[in-house]
Amino acid sequence: MIRTIDSKLIRDTVKDLFIKANTSLRPDILSSLRLARKNETSAKAGYVLDIIIKNAAIAKKKMLPICQDTGMAVVYLKIGQSLIVKGSLKKAVNEGVALAYKKGYFRNSIVKDPLIRKNTNTNLPSIIYTEIVRGNKINIKVAAKGFGCENASKTRMFRPTDPLSEIERFIADSVKEAGSIPCPPVYIGIGIGGTLDKAVALSKEAIFRPLGKTNKDRHIAKLEKSVLKKVNNLRIGPIGVGGNVTALGVSVLTYPTHIAGLPVAINISCHATRTAETTI
Amino acid sequence: MRKIFLPLVRNVIKTLKPGEMVLLSGPLLTARDAAHKRLADSLKSGRKIPILLKGETIYYTGPAPKRIGEVIGSCGPTTSSRMDPFTPLLLKHGLIGMIGKGERSKEVILAIKKYKAVYFITIGGAGAYLSERVKSAKVIAYKDLGPEAIYRLTVQDFPAIVEAL
Repeated sequence: MIRTIDSKLIRDTVKDLFIKANTSLRPDILSSLRLARKNETSAKAGYVLDIIIKNAAIAKKKMLPICQDTGMAVVYLKIGQSLIVKGSLKKAVNEGVALAYKKGYFRNSIVKDPLIRKNTNTNLPSIIYTEIVRGNKINIKVAAKGFGCENASKTRMFRPTDPLSEIERFIADSVKEAGSIPCPPVYIGIGIGGTLDKAVALSKEAIFRPLGKTNKDRHIAKLEKSVLKKVNNLRIGPIGVGGNVTALGVSVLTYPTHIAGLPVAINISCHATRTAETTI
Repeated sequence: MRKIFLPLVRNVIKTLKPGEMVLLSGPLLTARDAAHKRLADSLKSGRKIPILLKGETIYYTGPAPKRIGEVIGSCGPTTSSRMDPFTPLLLKHGLIGMIGKGERSKEVILAIKKYKAVYFITIGGAGAYLSERVKSAKVIAYKDLGPEAIYRLTVQDFPAIVEAL
């Protein structure tokens, strides 16, 4: 059945999602940090984790951003083909972002030209991905992606015949090389398959999956577990002070690919992973 | 935990130990990418810079805007290695302390030793917590850079870990 909504509803939803994402740490991340604190044996790492956990409480109470890098706004829209949005959808999303960053007292971190580098002072434009699905609803997912960890992203085009251990090593080496820069304990998003750009997009979308859940394919779930173990054996620890926890989780998304290729992308997300989603 | 007062002095720096957890109190400056580039460009071409670097500590942060009634918005550290190309020059001009997150380049580590300076790390991603340790904040230079402007902050019991000296 065809359903019509006003683009204002999209604008207000996007605004609310970005405010929530930036000020209220995801419950799965917070529980995982608390568990990590409980299991931490290093006094220094425990001290750091205590501050990180307290930070989440202060941010929520005072409506302050969890991290001053309130990120570049990335928005994923799954639009039902029977939904009609009155007005401009793109404009509504961008207005929602601008409103959230203004009302939330979030930092404007976007420069208009990547080489001239003048701040747009609105945190716009956002990056919008759309997908058409069945039905008459719209699913909106937002990520406020900070660049400390974004800069630690990596991609490699493997040979289709390369052993899985090579991929595991590539991921662990990338985390090792990034060290304390992406604000560990991190959440590691991995995209495997598709094309270069598809693998990268998957690696970012992977961090929306709540911690504790695994990929539904058994061989991929096994890979996630194995990589997590390897990464935590690096003992980089919270903010790099050493300790039992370097990553809170590994989330892999896959897509069919070409007979000649095996793209692998890594998107590291910090302990202040900020995402939110809803369906309207 | 040892309390260290700012501005830093070399007699205190030499008593610090790598990995030591401290609480910093006193005045410091903030500067990140754009401010570093501007400072370095001016110093290289012999132009005057709007701050005195001698004996200063720079905190690598770009704070979020403050809410009414607050001193500052969230203000955690940004990645220090992005300042690496400019750091030896700033040390040469008198900078003796830095606060940020992450590892530094070999050249920066050598320059820190040469100038008997210190590099602390603080807790990345804890900007709301750290904002409560800032007692005053004022933009003092490069206002046009917005969140990348140079602020004078006064901090109290600001948590830091000695990373290099």
